[in-house]
Amino acid sequence: MTDAATPSPPRFAFGAALKSAALSAVVALGLFGLMVGIRTETGPTGSLIYWTRFGDVALLVAAVFLGRFLRVLAFGDGPIRLQRLVPARWQEASAGGERFARLMPGRNLGGIFSIALLGFALVAPILFFNNRYALDLGILVLTYVMLGWGLNIVVGLAGLLDLGYVAFYAVGAYSYALLAQNFDLSFWVCLPLAGILAAFWGLILGFPVLRLRGDYLAIVTLAFGEIIRIVLLNWQNVTGGPNGISSIPRPSFFGIPFNNDDDGFAAVFGLDYSATHRIVFLFYLILMLALLTNWVTLRLRRLPIGRAWEALREDEIACRSLGINTTNTKLTAFAIGAMFGGFAGAFFATRQGFISPESFSFVESALILAIVVLGGMGSQLGVAIAAIVTIGGFELFREFAAYRMLVFGGAMVLIMVWRPRGLIGTRTPSVFLKQRKAIAGALVGEGRG
Amino acid sequence: MSAILTVSHLTMRFGGLVAVNNLSFAAQRGEITALIGPNGAGKTTVFNCVTGFYKPTSGMLELDGRDGATHLLERLPDFRIAREARVARTFQNIRLFPGMSLLENLMVAQHNPLMRASGFTVFGLLGLPWYRVAERDAIDRARYWLDRINLIDRADDPAGELPYGAQRRLEIARAMCTEPDLLCLDEPAAGLNARESAELDELLLFIRNEHKTSILLIEHDMSVVMKICDHIVVLDYGVKIAEGPPDHIRNDAKVIAAYLGVETDEVDAVEAEAGR
Ligand SMILES: Nc1ncnc2c1ncn2[C@@H]1O[C@H](COP(=O)(O)OP(=O)(O)OP(=O)(O)O)[C@@H](O)[C@H]1O
Ligand SMILES: [Mg+2]
Repeated sequence: MTDAATPSPPRFAFGAALKSAALSAVVALGLFGLMVGIRTETGPTGSLIYWTRFGDVALLVAAVFLGRFLRVLAFGDGPIRLQRLVPARWQEASAGGERFARLMPGRNLGGIFSIALLGFALVAPILFFNNRYALDLGILVLTYVMLGWGLNIVVGLAGLLDLGYVAFYAVGAYSYALLAQNFDLSFWVCLPLAGILAAFWGLILGFPVLRLRGDYLAIVTLAFGEIIRIVLLNWQNVTGGPNGISSIPRPSFFGIPFNNDDDGFAAVFGLDYSATHRIVFLFYLILMLALLTNWVTLRLRRLPIGRAWEALREDEIACRSLGINTTNTKLTAFAIGAMFGGFAGAFFATRQGFISPESFSFVESALILAIVVLGGMGSQLGVAIAAIVTIGGFELFREFAAYRMLVFGGAMVLIMVWRPRGLIGTRTPSVFLKQRKAIAGALVGEGRG
Repeated sequence: MSAILTVSHLTMRFGGLVAVNNLSFAAQRGEITALIGPNGAGKTTVFNCVTGFYKPTSGMLELDGRDGATHLLERLPDFRIAREARVARTFQNIRLFPGMSLLENLMVAQHNPLMRASGFTVFGLLGLPWYRVAERDAIDRARYWLDRINLIDRADDPAGELPYGAQRRLEIARAMCTEPDLLCLDEPAAGLNARESAELDELLLFIRNEHKTSILLIEHDMSVVMKICDHIVVLDYGVKIAEGPPDHIRNDAKVIAAYLGVETDEVDAVEAEAGR
């Protein structure tokens, strides 16, 4: 509040910066000295061999020293206010955007952008018909968009921190694989079944867990995700254990298979056979599933159940004082979120043709959660953009292999410092009398479980 | 005249601390009953027992509903007390949904009827007209209360942006949107200026007279209490030290002693008398 009155950050003296940097360097030396400095490995005869890498330690310590020195010199010791880093001209530009948005009643910038994004998604398979890589990437991104939207119901709307979302993705994938293989059911029959089974598991998990709050809930959901994965890994005769399930039936175009036969898709529609037809179909399939998730979420938000979810995130005790059964409300959020995870899982299984527990590790849960948090909890457009940026970014940095996670983590930290509420931190009311006004993120609760 | 809420031998212990000790009183239907007492007297604890947020150590809480049914509040979970026994409450530290608009706050309060109208979401998802009519009614009710508390112009603003006094009024309106039989208000006048406080008196009288809702009120502001209350119960250290109409309470020696703080031995004498 008061710092608005002080135009420039307090400049720290050279000496203070030097001292602070030296202190950080000592800490870095202590940390890296053993972690990086001495490398141990099992030798060929089983004995422990080690060698030293003091050069690397020196580099790291120097980097910490320099980084800390420059930071204190430039911004002082306190937290960095990123508004100050953004040139005034940019700030004006973004304010101008808001003004522009206000000039166009009914259709804000977000709305225009959403439509443009949707239009692009619709024509993408035509534009990139000859680019198999781009199509595959598109399918991957859309899968994460869908997962993000599904988790957004639980985390963004109801404010329940779920670290085990991938469990429902796994339930959906294995449901589809097992049903399709053992009972010879078609994709369109298995899809709802996979969703229902995932929702069912959402309820099973929800019952004991939802009386926990905050960190406790997060830890138990995390454990649940791991339990599902370990069961899949060990229940050899059903799930195939670590070998997974292979030759899962591929999707057909409502009964018409995508192959080179006389009754195949290409022949029936009088096209030249191309393997890409199936990819394009998969692309539209996941696009449709994602849009279904989005439509249902937007619709639910305007219904009493969705409002109760958001109210729950804001203040659970107040909800109870208004006669809302909070346990049931949380359970529905969990089950519906899980259902969409299950749909996505079924899609994943049919696309890959092969699934194994490896695909459903905690990292997946973390990635989906990162997408939701980055996008701005509760914002559909934000989650979509975050999925594109995150998954696209992952692909972009593929060459860097080991450093990819480092870059990802760094980017995440930066974005969270810059926009603590995610890319789109504002909330749009679900109902209005005169005018739909966006609500600043700072007012919106994050939920405590 | 009949009692809407009958509290009998209510005791609430927190470990060794007896916050409410063998308290009995009744709140009459169509009246404003005040619960007063110095800080830490156990007033909020009584509210939390009545509304199910605490489970009393012992005692009985009977609520006679408008349909003639008797609800035993100590056996119901909090949300069912609001939903079935129709007891609504506000909180000492305002609990609004700050990130939701005023209108949304009032819509959430109508969750249960709307939920039924939306066929537990199924009809609502399909967009059936049945639900849309119910939603329009709910918006009308919200509009009515927003009008009543002079906040209709801010209907689409987030509740967290309201000034303090307006937040207090909104919380009362939100509780009223649940159409309660008994409205429990925990220090509604706290932090209000003189004008706001006068508006609040008017609002509470309006609720009592026009909506036939009985009110149970915790209040420190004696001017409010003396002006609008029909019946007063005075608590000190969890024990009821006096009960009666305002004129009677105003002149009660024990109440004056408890409030003004008299010489220690005198207080001891008073409390011995009060049965501690
Ligand atoms: N959940 C709890 N756990 C332990 N002690 C509690 C709890 N709630 C209330 N108390 C204690 O019970 C006593 C009565 O508290 P209560 O909040 O009911 O007082 P009050 O009359 O509402 O006071 P005030 O006027 O300050 O709001 C206090 O000593 C308080 O510390
Ligand atoms: Mg109190």
